[in-house]
Amino acid sequence: MSLDKATVRNIANLARIDIRDEELDHLAGELSNIMTFVEQLSEVNTDGIEPMTSVAAMTLPMRADVITDGAQPEAVLANAPEAEDGFFTVPKVVE
Amino acid sequence: MSNLTDLTLAEGRDHLAKGEFTAVELTAAHLKAVEARRAINAFIVETPQQALEEAKASDLRRRAGTAGAMDGLPIGIKDLFCTKGVQTTAASHILEGFIPPYESTVSGKLKAAGAISLGKLNLDEFAMGSSNQTSAFGAVENPWKRRSDPTAKLVPGGSSGGSAAAVAARMVMAATGTDTGGSIRQPAAFCGITGIKPTYGRCSRWGIVAFASSLDQAGPMARTVRDCAIMLGVMAGFDPKDSTSVNMAVPDFETALTGDIRGLKIGIPKEYRPAGLSDEVAKVWDQGIQWLRAAGATPVEISLPHTKYALATYYIIAPAECSSNLARYDGLRFGRRVPGKTLDEMYALTRAAGFGAEVRRRILIGTYVLSAGYYDAYYAKAQKVRRLIADDFAKAFETVDVILTPTAPSAAFGQGEGTDDPVTMWLNDVFTIPTSMAGLPGLSLPAGLSADGLPLGLQLIGRPFDEETVFKVAGVMETAANFTAKPEGL
Repeated sequence: MSLDKATVRNIANLARIDIRDEELDHLAGELSNIMTFVEQLSEVNTDGIEPMTSVAAMTLPMRADVITDGAQPEAVLANAPEAEDGFFTVPKVVE
Repeated sequence: MSNLTDLTLAEGRDHLAKGEFTAVELTAAHLKAVEARRAINAFIVETPQQALEEAKASDLRRRAGTAGAMDGLPIGIKDLFCTKGVQTTAASHILEGFIPPYESTVSGKLKAAGAISLGKLNLDEFAMGSSNQTSAFGAVENPWKRRSDPTAKLVPGGSSGGSAAAVAARMVMAATGTDTGGSIRQPAAFCGITGIKPTYGRCSRWGIVAFASSLDQAGPMARTVRDCAIMLGVMAGFDPKDSTSVNMAVPDFETALTGDIRGLKIGIPKEYRPAGLSDEVAKVWDQGIQWLRAAGATPVEISLPHTKYALATYYIIAPAECSSNLARYDGLRFGRRVPGKTLDEMYALTRAAGFGAEVRRRILIGTYVLSAGYYDAYYAKAQKVRRLIADDFAKAFETVDVILTPTAPSAAFGQGEGTDDPVTMWLNDVFTIPTSMAGLPGLSLPAGLSADGLPLGLQLIGRPFDEETVFKVAGVMETAANFTAKPEGL
């Protein structure tokens, strides 16, 4: 399995990680090696096998849909890189 | 009284109860060790003032007769657990400066039991690594040295490398670890200490920085099996805030250490003896089998036929879950932000600057295997193979009570060795990953030294929620192994 530079660029965009052009070759090689390594799973017969999504045989518990916490705007915003008037601030997204 | 920093948790607890020394004295002795051994780089943040204040409060509780199960015992917390008011980074630049406004359930339980945290311990970035070399705050040094080359710096294993090194170097009596594919067991083996990854669901994951949510589990790392039993008893338990934590009673793990394993069947998986397994590792494993036989247990050869696919399965599932979990680091609500002209540019620059190479690699792989058109071929396929791996164990446990394997394919290696190829580095976890895939409890304990004087560990794997049998067998092995070696200079 070989990933080309365009594919790596596309994945990086999906993952929202900026990648410099000069890193693309190296990354494509590394990621291709990894994909080649995991390719071995194709030799395992998994016909009729249910995908395993949880190790414990349990169903997700239900709880009442009620407010149990809140009214702590200072704590919520305490770690914000930028905040103003009780809001997180970001670059302008609407023209 | 011998050196306070050589005491086990159990000894410290019993001496404190008898009033032979105070929590302040015990804490001060360990703080001194933390200061003296800073070159190991085990801590990202030290909290000595807070620790001494807590120790004073502990001594007051002791006098008032309200001391908890771990009252006054100095421990370290892996910097993956959110700690209220104390920086929590996951060893990543992207979380540098993050001060959680809340406490993780597990570290909160330890606090409530009176344990005293000396600070936050170094790890591989976001717990992704097997050598503690991916930390944004520098590599951790293993306190053990090769006899043939005492100047070479060795890795402590990972990802809980700071935890393992701090416990081995007598800086703390015990530490929390987390284990996704071997991150408690492999560093425990490399540093000559004991650690257990309990059954998935035994400990709450709430407040632990997430890596791969279907695999992550917290567990104790300490110098004896009994200490791990004591500490797991405090850490474990149902938490409504983690929907995967299991609502069942926590047994008194310490009472499981009866020393009697007569009649137990010990599974020896033939797939864990691949061609090229180091002679030293094979020898210590054979020795372990003999110890258990001598104690009245019966070794039984078993087969776990899908073992060889566990690593590839893990390296689809873990990156997939990591790429999803780490999407939250967007430079918006907490952590580091790199400004951009647009929101998208801000995300991309922030994440490029904040994540290290290994984390970036895993996010990219995870994004790829989850992307449109590849999901079934990779992610769904891996989940199916994961079931086959889990079924192998379930079948084996129809006939055996516990499984014995080596913990890691080698002793600790040198910093900078084998780092060129990520897949080679991942081979460190070949014996621990299958257990994680199946969600089973796995314990590593030191069983001997290599010819070069480095610790080698053995792993005991148990049935789901049967940590008690694991502890019982581990206790017998610990007595037989009589591992008293210490790193040079301690």
